[in-house]
Amino acid sequence: MTLIETLAGVGAGSPLAEALAQRAQIMELSQASHDAVLLPREPGGLSHAERAALATRMASVNRDDALAAHYRALLADAGETPVLAAIAAGEDASQAGADARLAALVRHIDILTARTREATKGDVAALVAAGITEPDVVRLAELAAFVNYQARVIAGLRLLGASR
Amino acid sequence: MSKVVHEFTATVPRWQPYVTPVEIDKATPEQLEAMQVTPSNKKISAYVLTLAHDPESLKVRSPLFNAIMYGKGGLSSAERELGAVAASVVNACVYCAAVHASRFNQLTKRPEVMETIFAAGTQAELEEQHQAIFDFAVKLSQSPPAAGPAELAALREVGLSEVEILDLILSASIFGWANRLMHTLGEPVAD
Repeated sequence: MTLIETLAGVGAGSPLAEALAQRAQIMELSQASHDAVLLPREPGGLSHAERAALATRMASVNRDDALAAHYRALLADAGETPVLAAIAAGEDASQAGADARLAALVRHIDILTARTREATKGDVAALVAAGITEPDVVRLAELAAFVNYQARVIAGLRLLGASR
Repeated sequence: MSKVVHEFTATVPRWQPYVTPVEIDKATPEQLEAMQVTPSNKKISAYVLTLAHDPESLKVRSPLFNAIMYGKGGLSSAERELGAVAASVVNACVYCAAVHASRFNQLTKRPEVMETIFAAGTQAELEEQHQAIFDFAVKLSQSPPAAGPAELAALREVGLSEVEILDLILSASIFGWANRLMHTLGEPVAD
């Protein structure tokens, strides 16, 4: 079973499990996307630990405790620091002791999770001004986009699975 | 002089990135593979050239997107497009909304549905089946996701099957992904 199906608690033999069997390729590609975004071979300027910390924070904003626990475990595996643990826990970047670069990453992740519609050209300029490279701007957007996709698929599957 | 498009429209604008796209002549073999560049396919959009900065993600996201939006069986193509537009309205992705409203219109020949959605936004009043699909996708797209038993019951009442509802969850969710790229890494412009 893929991570999404496990976290959604899909019951064996349920109508939802039968429907998911018809979409097995989509579930496998979703799992491959998780690995590409959280555990890339070439992480660029965004370390595996930073990705896991930001993913934990995003899962919590989406009020998904099980998904947050998954990413919190990835952070522990990747080698956490007190600053990243505080970012994962949802603390304000300055209180967490983040430097300017990490604070800019957190600010952008928070916009892309809770207020995508408000994102502007100026937000990308703010990342670049904080020393984040253009490839890392794209990597950061893919990270936010994937985790928010995944949180919605899990929420939908839980709802669908609980209704029969 | 190009003008930024701020209002929802079914006329597809041009997408202009905020970051410098990968130059195809300087792309690595991994980037070329992720962009699916072949001798017969060298015309790559600015969007794909931008996403090629992260080839590992692009390589898996493209087939995932295609499987969700264009896979066989289950929810009709037009209704998947409706789910995509609902997410794009919540996230104010004018470019995504234009592309997928235009596809909905081609499939249904009913432009008035998208005109209603673009005028009223998430509060749009639609015929019963469209309403159930649109409302579910709007709620699922909120942050945190807010689709609940009432929205699901409305889908069952209009006769959607388990796999059709699954396809709607997937099509709205993949636009939670697409919107967070297209709306945040660039903007729609009219030339």
